[in-house]
Amino acid sequence: MSKANLLDRRQVVSALLANRKDVVAIGGLGASTNDITAAGDHARNFYLWGGMGGAAMIGLGLALAQPKLPVLVITGDGEMLMGMGSLATIGLQKPANLSIAVLDNEAYGETGGQTSHTSAAADLVGVARACGITDSRAISTMAEVETFAKTVHDLSAGPRFANVKIDSASVERILPSRDGTYIVNRIRGDLGFQPI
Amino acid sequence: MHARADASDTAPNWPDDIFATLQRFDVRQVPYVPDAGHSKLIQRVLGSSTMRGIPLTTEEEGVALLAGAWTGGQRGVLLMQSSGVGNCINMLSLIPILRFPFLTLVTMRGEWGEFNPWQVPMGSTTQGVLELSGIKVLRASNAAEVPAVLEAAAAQAYNALTPTAVLLSQRLIGAKVFTR
Repeated sequence: MSKANLLDRRQVVSALLANRKDVVAIGGLGASTNDITAAGDHARNFYLWGGMGGAAMIGLGLALAQPKLPVLVITGDGEMLMGMGSLATIGLQKPANLSIAVLDNEAYGETGGQTSHTSAAADLVGVARACGITDSRAISTMAEVETFAKTVHDLSAGPRFANVKIDSASVERILPSRDGTYIVNRIRGDLGFQPI
Repeated sequence: MHARADASDTAPNWPDDIFATLQRFDVRQVPYVPDAGHSKLIQRVLGSSTMRGIPLTTEEEGVALLAGAWTGGQRGVLLMQSSGVGNCINMLSLIPILRFPFLTLVTMRGEWGEFNPWQVPMGSTTQGVLELSGIKVLRASNAAEVPAVLEAAAAQAYNALTPTAVLLSQRLIGAKVFTR
């Protein structure tokens, strides 16, 4: 399963968030949410521990509500496959401030490493492009990751999609808060919203 | 082609009542999977300068969208048909966990003079599925009660964060009639 020269997921996410400024980052259910935590807990991190398939749509709702803020969804291939229709929904809405990065290890890492559809057949970049997300790219180098991280701040040219091929090696679990209300209200507070 | 039974010849006004209530509650994002019963309301939403109609490929997308909208400071409402409630089930778990205001307006099939047997199983369990998922269910069965039911639903959803579904009964929207 392991292939040569695949990227390290923690390095990829660190690079995506290294100069995040006002980015709101959403981590999909599974290892992606831990990767975001490993890059540093942040008031604008949205950690998902459930709702598989919903990460991109949470990103869309946030991006439409806050068009002046860059919104970055970081999720896995299995989570994205479950919410594949949301790429069509996003392609139709075309939120210029929304970026999606899929960490594609071609496996369901949290459940024992069973191979996912991207290992043999499914091409998520092709799906995203065919759904109207014209800036859809396959990434295999850290230089491309760094370029993508910069474009996330360009609020005029999204939506954009990147599929990043990563190593399927398991990494240390670094767990964020599991309290959903805390997570949401912390982001809302940072954006200037009062509790109800 | 389909016509409507048990509905007046003129276009009904209750969708306008719904639209007015949603506007008054500052609803901004309106995800939907189209349904004939929602067609007039969807038209009003798509013509609105303050609301954004967002067509979905499946209803569960709308639940996640509303979580994101609230995190970004906006209220929304999910429009769907009773079949769509089944598509939402796991995503409904976001509502108590994230505690965002959730309002959905569900046009009913599978009841009151239904022609299509395939609609009956999900239509029969729609209310139970919602209630088991922690969502309060209100129902409007005639046009006269739509404004009061919508007002109550929106108030408790947005003011008290009580997840609420309004079932718009097939008696209200008119059973779909299948003709050539």
